[in-house]
Amino acid sequence: MNSLRARLLLILIASTSAIWLCGFAWIYVDARQETQHLLDRRLMEAARMVLSLSAPGTLANDPNLPVVVSAGGPIAGASYEHILTCQVWSFDGRLVGRSGNAPASKLTEQPVGFSERVVDGEIYRVYAAEDPVKRVRVLVGDNLEQRQRFVRDLVRSLLIPAAFILPMLAILIWISVKQGLEPLQHATRSLSARDAENLTPLDVGRSPSEIRPLINALNGLFGKVVAAREHERSFVAYAAHEMRTPLAGLKTQVQIAAQATVPEMRTNALCQALKGVDRTSRLVQQLLAMSRLDASPPRLQDQWINLAAAFRDVTAHMSRDLLPERVTIAASVRNHSVAIDREMFDLAARNLVENALQLTPPDGTVRLSVTQEGHEAKICIEDDGPGIPSGEEELVLQRFFRGRHKSASGSGLGLAIVTTALDRAGAKLRLCSPGGGHGLRAEIIVSSNRVRLDDAA
Amino acid sequence: MRILVVEDDPILLDGLTTGLSLHGMAADGVDTCEDAYSALATTTFSAIVLDLMLPDGSGIEVLRHLRLRNDATPVLLLTARDAVEDRVKGLDEGADDYLGKPFDLEEVAARLRALERRAQGRASPKLVFQTLVLDPGSLEVTLDDKPVHLSRREFGVLRALMLRPGIVCSRSQLEDQLYGWQEEVGSNAVEVHIHNLRAKIGPRYIQTLRGLGYRIRMEAP
Repeated sequence: MNSLRARLLLILIASTSAIWLCGFAWIYVDARQETQHLLDRRLMEAARMVLSLSAPGTLANDPNLPVVVSAGGPIAGASYEHILTCQVWSFDGRLVGRSGNAPASKLTEQPVGFSERVVDGEIYRVYAAEDPVKRVRVLVGDNLEQRQRFVRDLVRSLLIPAAFILPMLAILIWISVKQGLEPLQHATRSLSARDAENLTPLDVGRSPSEIRPLINALNGLFGKVVAAREHERSFVAYAAHEMRTPLAGLKTQVQIAAQATVPEMRTNALCQALKGVDRTSRLVQQLLAMSRLDASPPRLQDQWINLAAAFRDVTAHMSRDLLPERVTIAASVRNHSVAIDREMFDLAARNLVENALQLTPPDGTVRLSVTQEGHEAKICIEDDGPGIPSGEEELVLQRFFRGRHKSASGSGLGLAIVTTALDRAGAKLRLCSPGGGHGLRAEIIVSSNRVRLDDAA
Repeated sequence: MRILVVEDDPILLDGLTTGLSLHGMAADGVDTCEDAYSALATTTFSAIVLDLMLPDGSGIEVLRHLRLRNDATPVLLLTARDAVEDRVKGLDEGADDYLGKPFDLEEVAARLRALERRAQGRASPKLVFQTLVLDPGSLEVTLDDKPVHLSRREFGVLRALMLRPGIVCSRSQLEDQLYGWQEEVGSNAVEVHIHNLRAKIGPRYIQTLRGLGYRIRMEAP
């Protein structure tokens, strides 16, 4: 059941009806008992009355007297006529007298007290009383069928008003539920009325405490959406900055080249413009890589990759300007393989090696090595660059952050790409400057069961 | 005209400093807020070209720092973010002008000249003293309506002197206006430029006050 109102309505009407039914059952049982009790008393009283009315010695002892049958015609206006049947028996077994509606046969064989018996196909409840002095036994009986009809009529007289009350109750419940759910309706209306751009928090002030958690949760969600959108917006803003700045640089350099009065100035400007083109194309590449990473969680396939082969592949495709021959691969790398998604690893490795090469002075080296420590295996890329200034360790991982030791061709996206790619591949990146703020060591950390030693390497 | 360029992109920074020098300005470039603070502490600039996104903070912080010190040096903001609110914020924080990237070198130079003119409360773009007219925009000087060909440095010296006729400019002040930090200044460079100027526009305009400096001679020649 999807509608809260229908659900509440159903529950309330069902439970109210159940309570009413229980009440009726109770009243029915109780009324039956009470009437039983009351009618039993009447039987007793009637029996005693008849007994006291019969004259001593007259009726009982004269066997020749005819049976007295009272007429006992119906009483006008009464619906329960012929309720009581009465028989007077002498002790010697002779029927002395009976009421008009009483059967001829004995109502009960029991000498004293209550008993029930079927006589002429009808159930009778009979009270017997005897007078040992008068030697008569009076049997007063009640037709049980009539008794039950009486009780039924009593309950029916209660049910008729209930038949009117229950629908009214249902209407009242319906109105109450509607009124009670009004704050919810209000919240729903205000939610559905707002357009998709409106992410301002809902007003918690007047809402009842039950839906307040829901509204708070919604407001929390709105906050997150706003933050995500803000992040997106700032990404676009940064991306625009990152595109426009090199473009501005290019334009300026080209204008200088056009206006230059001395050949050196023109050559220098054209060199700078070339660098600008390189940087812009690299930035475009990196932006595409980043958006590919962002757009779809790619289907990852771990496969065993020989580290030395992978790194050689990475450096082979690198621009010669970066002097990739400065990369030295330690022996430990040559006989190790790692189980990782090839594309993600290549992306991370290429960016890390490029970073290292860009920051390392021309006579420095970039060293690759593998170490195992407990459950962790580290693939290390160390450079001779300036390292990361203190205070920038966290910042360098952010998109478009270009630290104080930036390179001319850096896009500010490299490390962000590395962290995202490694995150996708189930690995981690750790950066540390081991040599007291000099040189940088980037570590790709994977669990040690994903690294194995190759036999014949 | 000494300009400070604060821009973190090395290619653009190089382009701006070189390009502005082509327009007769002496430009110094820095690429961080920190360097901008130290540059501002030691040198007086005619105007500042300020990028908003810098590696160690925002250009707005530099601007705020400047205005807090009650420094009225004109500031031209450069930024790739050209949303209206960004522009408004920059101007409200005390910037004098705003230029979105990418821009024309000519426009940057023209705006800087306009900023300087406004800062000095001049109405005319040209500097005029008697029959000597100097146009900072076209880098042209005319004397009695005849063009005078001056080198970039000579033009700079004459421009600095003509900004405030009659007021003395010391040799170091002139050097500051002519040379960036990167440039080697010969010990008698200013004297040489003055000498050449006198040869081109005649000796009567520039007066030497020994030990003090130079000025445009105000008394009737």
